[in-house]
Amino acid sequence: MKIAVCVKQVVTRDWPLRINDSHTWVDDRDASFEMNEPDAYALEEALRLKEQHGGEVVVCSAGPPRVNQVIREALARGADRAIHVEAESLASADGAMVAEALAAPMEEEQFDLVLTGLQSDDQGFAQTGVVLAEFLSIPHATIIMEVQVGAGRVRVKRELEGGWFQWVSMSTPALLTIQSGINQLRYATLKGIMAAKKKEVRLVEPPAELARRQEILMLSVPERTKEIRLFDGAPAEAAGKLVQALKDDARVI
Amino acid sequence: MILVIAEQRDGVLHQASWEAVVAAQRTTQAVQVLVAGSGVMSVAEDLATADIDSVLMIDHPLLEAYTPDGFIEAISQVVRSMSPDAVFLAHTYQSREFAPRLAARFQQTLVTDCVATKQVGDRLVFVRPMFQGKFVADVAPVALSPCFASFQIGAFRQDAVVRGSDSAAIYPQEVVIQDDMIRQEVEPPFQEAKQAVDLSQAERIVAVGRGIKSKDHIELVERLAAALGAEVAASRPICDSGWLPMDRQIGSSGQTVSPKLYLALGISGAIQHLVGMKGSRTIVAVNKDPDAPIFEVADFGIVGDLFEVVPAIISALSE
Ligand SMILES: Cc1cc2nc3c(=O)[nH]c(=O)nc-3n(C[C@H](O)[C@H](O)[C@H](O)COP(=O)(O)OP(=O)(O)OC[C@H]3O[C@@H](n4cnc5c(N)ncnc54)[C@H](O)[C@@H]3O)c2cc1C
Repeated sequence: MKIAVCVKQVVTRDWPLRINDSHTWVDDRDASFEMNEPDAYALEEALRLKEQHGGEVVVCSAGPPRVNQVIREALARGADRAIHVEAESLASADGAMVAEALAAPMEEEQFDLVLTGLQSDDQGFAQTGVVLAEFLSIPHATIIMEVQVGAGRVRVKRELEGGWFQWVSMSTPALLTIQSGINQLRYATLKGIMAAKKKEVRLVEPPAELARRQEILMLSVPERTKEIRLFDGAPAEAAGKLVQALKDDARVI
Repeated sequence: MILVIAEQRDGVLHQASWEAVVAAQRTTQAVQVLVAGSGVMSVAEDLATADIDSVLMIDHPLLEAYTPDGFIEAISQVVRSMSPDAVFLAHTYQSREFAPRLAARFQQTLVTDCVATKQVGDRLVFVRPMFQGKFVADVAPVALSPCFASFQIGAFRQDAVVRGSDSAAIYPQEVVIQDDMIRQEVEPPFQEAKQAVDLSQAERIVAVGRGIKSKDHIELVERLAAALGAEVAASRPICDSGWLPMDRQIGSSGQTVSPKLYLALGISGAIQHLVGMKGSRTIVAVNKDPDAPIFEVADFGIVGDLFEVVPAIISALSE
């Protein structure tokens, strides 16, 4: 089975982000980056499917040159090769733009299964995978928590709201967006890291007419609408004031 | 005109659909509501009580169970014939699945998870969170109409829907769909084994998030819970990692609670967590990041390292 996994590089979760001077994006010049978390689960799922059914796992990513870091990481975890659609303009691209950038080189490859994370930790548009399925003209299902592969078909467990699930089957090729927690992640071994250095990363230019579909007019810090009482001081002092307030003001203990 | 796509399952309207109707009513445009399914007349009648121009109803046997292919095909036919300026939906699990692809059929993009709209000149601009709620962005689709937007659950109040003086007209819509257009085969929804703990009855809850760093530290949280007479709960990543059982998860894919006291330790406050607990009476947040979104819903807060603050709370309680 030929499996594609789309991965995005995002700013590290704990990075103290600041908005840039033009208020249209974050200042990520010295930020550290990591693999978008749901994409890491998608990669893990692809590696497990390959272990069970054989085949090949190809990492696909759209972004500026720095994205190479997460591509190498995916290769170190066990992916076989990679396709990198490279352009500076993809750094803060919206989901539909990313899907369009990835579509042409991925179409050529004729994958049996395409996995993506269900959304990104930065923009969170939750649509790269779904729109990519439209560009590739293949069926899709979202927020998947289990994948069973049969001959020419997949049966997948879709998460619904409030603790409900549903099994859905469809013919392959198909695209699935993977939910965090579907499996337990593996980490790259030293051997994997060494092996990754020799694996192929194909650089591809994005389509000439590629453009943003959504424009960020202004990015700002949300205004607090609710009054909050913050207790400061050393931990013992702050904790003492909190316990007092819970007893006397909120009367909840 | 704004076309709101309502969501129903087995003839029951998804309550968040009302919120999308409110979002549309708040603009200066005329509003129509579309519902698709099989045997959905009573849902259409329910929707017709709102102060809107009309309800459009697609009633088709192939739409009895929701499938992305079936719904995208049917709804796109109606969107094409009505040519609305905008299409609004609630940002639910179902719209996450089909609406981005529906928008793509119109060479458009869906602006997801919106919390408000603004009219800027002749452009409808959408306000939505970014970076997991740390920032908020004004976003506009580049191409003009129809623009597609979905609204975060809870961003508008259902009871703010304006009702009409009489029922709006209901117009059945003809669509052409065939069996072979629907590639997904769906089985009935189910719940995993019954939940052992019902947190909705708890008076006090101490919830822990990824700030706890490792399973070994959960014990610290349990000690605080014991001191408060509280149940222990968690954000999703804690349950995903198996540090606490799934039935202790709070949020859109877990339980919804509204205790007297909800103490959130090392939880950032992602919207999927907030929907499960923001109805709590007193919310306390302990987080080392002063900008964490959890502080936006908290009544009391301590900005600090939970490994210092929690032991201090435990000893303050024993005094
Ligand atoms: C469809 C869908 C459904 C979902 N359903 C749910 C759900 O039901 N429930 C849920 O919770 N999530 C759900 N999520 C996930 C959600 O989006 C967030 O990823 C998750 O809630 C984050 O959990 P967290 O706050 O524990 O972790 P993080 O977001 O990683 O936050 C950790 C926090 O800990 C703080 N911290 C770190 N170290 C310390 C320290 N020493 N002291 C104090 N603070 C510290 C950090 O500042 C940070 O704010 C869902 C997501 C999707 C897409």
